[in-house]
Amino acid sequence: MTLKHVFLAALATLAAVTLTAAGPGSGTITGKITYDGTPAKQKPIDMSKEPSCASQHPTPITTETVVTGPGNTLENVVVYISAGAPDEAAPSAPVNFDQKGCQYVPHMLAFQTNQELKISNDDQTSHNIHPLAKINQEWNKSQPPGTPPIIAKYDKAEMIHVKCNIHPWMSGTFAVLKNSHYSVSDKDGNFKLPNLPPGKYTITAWHEPDQEMTQDVEISGSETKTVSFVFKLKPY
Amino acid sequence: MGKLLAVTIIIIAIASAVPFVMHTWEPPADVSTHGGLIDEQMADTMIEAGVSFLAAQILLGLFIWQFSKPRTDSKVKTFPGGAKGLVIAAIVLVGVEVLALGAFGSKAWAAVYFTPPAADAMPVQVQAGQFAFYFRYPGPDGKFGPLHPEMINEGNQNLFGLDPEHDVESRDDVVTAEMAIPVNKEVHLLMHAKDVSHSFYVPALRIHQDFVPGLDLSLHFTATKVGTYEIVCSQLCGLGHYNMRAYLKVLSQQDFDEWMKKEQAAQ
Amino acid sequence: MHETAAPAVVHGPPTTFLSKHVFSLDHKVIGLQYYTLALVAVVTGMVLSWLMRIHLGWSSAAIPGLQVLSPNGAPGGVMTPEYYLQLMTMHATIMVFFVLTTAPFAAFGNYFLPIQVGAEDMPFPHFNMMSFWTTFTAFLILVAAFFVPDGPPLSGWTAYAPLSAIGKNAGPGEGTGQVLWAAALGVFCIGQLLGSLNFISTVLDMRTKGMTLARLPVTCWAWFITSCMGLTAFAVLMPATILLILDHVAGTSFFIASGLVLNDQLVPHSGGSTLLWQHLFWFFGHPEVYIAIVPGMGIVTHVLVTNMRRPMLSMKAILYSMWALAFLSYMVYGHHMFVSGMNPFSSLVFSFPTLMITIPSTVVVLIWIGSLYGSKLRINTASLFALGFISMFVSGGVSGFFLAQPSIDIMLHATYFVVGHFHMVMGVAAMFGIFSGTYFWFPKMTGHMMNETIGKIHFWLTFVGTYCIFMPFHYLGWAGNVRRYAAFTDDFLKPLIPVHQFITVAAIFTGAVQLLFIYNLIYSRFRGPAAPANPWEGTSLEWAMPSPPPWNNFGGHDPIVYHDADQYGVKTASGADYIMQNSPEQALGTAEGD
Repeated sequence: MTLKHVFLAALATLAAVTLTAAGPGSGTITGKITYDGTPAKQKPIDMSKEPSCASQHPTPITTETVVTGPGNTLENVVVYISAGAPDEAAPSAPVNFDQKGCQYVPHMLAFQTNQELKISNDDQTSHNIHPLAKINQEWNKSQPPGTPPIIAKYDKAEMIHVKCNIHPWMSGTFAVLKNSHYSVSDKDGNFKLPNLPPGKYTITAWHEPDQEMTQDVEISGSETKTVSFVFKLKPY
Repeated sequence: MGKLLAVTIIIIAIASAVPFVMHTWEPPADVSTHGGLIDEQMADTMIEAGVSFLAAQILLGLFIWQFSKPRTDSKVKTFPGGAKGLVIAAIVLVGVEVLALGAFGSKAWAAVYFTPPAADAMPVQVQAGQFAFYFRYPGPDGKFGPLHPEMINEGNQNLFGLDPEHDVESRDDVVTAEMAIPVNKEVHLLMHAKDVSHSFYVPALRIHQDFVPGLDLSLHFTATKVGTYEIVCSQLCGLGHYNMRAYLKVLSQQDFDEWMKKEQAAQ
Repeated sequence: MHETAAPAVVHGPPTTFLSKHVFSLDHKVIGLQYYTLALVAVVTGMVLSWLMRIHLGWSSAAIPGLQVLSPNGAPGGVMTPEYYLQLMTMHATIMVFFVLTTAPFAAFGNYFLPIQVGAEDMPFPHFNMMSFWTTFTAFLILVAAFFVPDGPPLSGWTAYAPLSAIGKNAGPGEGTGQVLWAAALGVFCIGQLLGSLNFISTVLDMRTKGMTLARLPVTCWAWFITSCMGLTAFAVLMPATILLILDHVAGTSFFIASGLVLNDQLVPHSGGSTLLWQHLFWFFGHPEVYIAIVPGMGIVTHVLVTNMRRPMLSMKAILYSMWALAFLSYMVYGHHMFVSGMNPFSSLVFSFPTLMITIPSTVVVLIWIGSLYGSKLRINTASLFALGFISMFVSGGVSGFFLAQPSIDIMLHATYFVVGHFHMVMGVAAMFGIFSGTYFWFPKMTGHMMNETIGKIHFWLTFVGTYCIFMPFHYLGWAGNVRRYAAFTDDFLKPLIPVHQFITVAAIFTGAVQLLFIYNLIYSRFRGPAAPANPWEGTSLEWAMPSPPPWNNFGGHDPIVYHDADQYGVKTASGADYIMQNSPEQALGTAEGD
């Protein structure tokens, strides 16, 4: 048996394992993200440098590093299974990332490795999209108004800070994840990871710039488990 | 064909001068106290350069017209006075005059750079970074908090790298994206570069100074007319260079105080 | 004083195709190789300028096909701001180094300097061959920047640090592209140093019997002065590029100050100096401007004196002025840095030598114009371009009155006024020098006459076209139009866009006209009528040999020189109005009359 054969056999085994394990289960993990302490004050953004964007925001938008809701809930936390679930192939549908009014929509975008990322510019000005990847290949491209979307992919899991240098206030995150079991907390702090097969999982909740919490959860059958994360926030 | 060249050169020379004579394209009107000297120097230089330009081109044209005609005689003539006259003309008429112009122009330069700012000049810090200007006012305590470059985070608008948690002076600092100043009040501009070289160019204020990373420079000026003017970057700083600008609002003292109150509230 | 015959030639006739056309030791072949390289470079540079101009006139327009050339640089055919800056950097670098330095100095100098001093070749033919192939390698390295993932650098041909030194974090092309750029320039310097060494030795050691320094044609002096500048200026650029590369690859911080923050991350360098790069670069950069223009001044003087049929009023005044320009060029470089953060007192110190440059420049122009008086000017394509050169040199020169003054520089620094100034005086004027030299020397270099009709059409359209392009640059700058902007979005710049559109149309038209020149070159090379040895009735030694010259120039017989090269407008026994340098004939008197 040559080395090539060994490799192919290994690959086949891996594929088989992946396929059997990836079958959708019926377990669900839900929960709420809240915070403790005082969140940093979000500052209004002065876009006067870019009049075409400033005019789209009669009341200035604020920074989005910490977005909270009533009852100390925390938005934009990405919750995903960091251990226990096998890696999955990317779905064919792309995820969209828009630049609108000199702001990223959404601010926090989670998607899978090798999934197509479609970046569009809805503004009348050029943006440069500069995802500051450290594990993946870093790139930095401008997108003039009216040009086709930029299509990109990332092949390694990473939390990538995205920014526009032309409009330095623009800030967002790409959460590149290895499997389809992820959720970004909504304005009430809620998240939901459905379709989980039985098993032992490690759940990670991640909040920018680099705050991470984990919990272990075991799912058997079609039960729904609730886990909650409480982030400690500081005013500065 | 020599005659055609002669005519072409003269027509081009005159046509080239027309937009300058007619003031077709002008810099924005001066709103500074020191700019008058610069404008005067530009106008004086324009006269000298314009006269030299037209004289040289027209003389060139005339001589081509006159001496490109095919001639049967084999005689050549020499310019009256020969080379000596021309060299003296070059040194006296052009050289000395241009040097004199330069010497007089030093006054305009000195007005900007060799006079210290008044003791009561209003300090404003400007930070240039890829690709925006940000401004900082010291706040009620009159002191700028120290900078911590490692703390700069544009995502949460900590644009200067301030540490209000530990630095008391930083807590009342006012950071803005547009620059507002009171009219007829001298401003002492403290220039700081965050990343690469940039420039602070305000045509209407007759102010132009590069930011030098690692070297904080300062400028001072007084604006004399209420209005909104553009501050642009003129030193190539990267892909967004063309879009690096900020607005300068020259306000009455009352409007300025209100603006400052609003900005303080937003911090 | 050199009274013995020049040393015998150091190489024999070429025997193989390779040694004849590729790795040739013959200075004439090397000259033609340089010329061809410059031609390839100028076409590349011009196409880049077209793309830039279209974008400046119509910044949101899609340029059909550009997305194929660069999918990242022009998504959907619309140029991104970084691609504009990358094209701009490459346009300037290619034009300054591989056209304006290469053509008038290395190409014509290599071909005609040994001939004009009466030598069989340069003293170091192997260095000479190396010099070309080094320059060619530099060109390949530079162009390679187009093919690396992030593309060429965007920091301009001046590559101001720290933008150029930090690496790819500072912008697209600032990683590998910038390193390739610096490497290309470093290698280019080696080629120029070898070339300059050869030129200087040729003038000092290879002159034939009777060719005293006083009898050297003006072109030889121009190339000699340029070589002296090249030897000292490129010797400063080379270490500067090495330091720049070290900042990229070795973690040094020559040009990177402490505490810089890019993309919210502290740059891991400290202690370097931002202004150090500017001092090193402009210490080279300003002499470089004269390296580009002084050979052109020599060529134009040479062409004019031949076509005016009279000596210059004072060749000495021209020579001393060229020396003065070269000398002053080292003392004025600070005028590029008036508002760059230098001590404002230094600005005044640099201002006065800069203003003094007016004096030698005016002397040369006045001697040219004054010599036209009473001449028997012959109008042909070469002399048309030489006269056009004077007009351009004046137009580009007077804007220097403004830029030499720090107080005015406050308004005009880094505006299109500067762009108009240097394009006129070192771009277009130098190009006119190259054109003039080409039309003048083509018969000698190829043995064929160039087509004068096409040549004259080429001159007229180029002359009017270049004024239409570069005069409006001054108006834009006067109104405060900042240079190196990929688009004009500022309120005070928007009204100027129609001027940019006019310039774009003029640039595309004038560029297209250059196809006539290229057609003329190729057509005449093969179909042009056979050229006599001395078609323009010149006096210098290149006209004392067949067209084209044999491999050893003078056929193994060293010419003996009896006169300087200015024996025009004289009475001779044969009735000719000139005496060649190698003719023992004495003038019967000047043909001067009143």
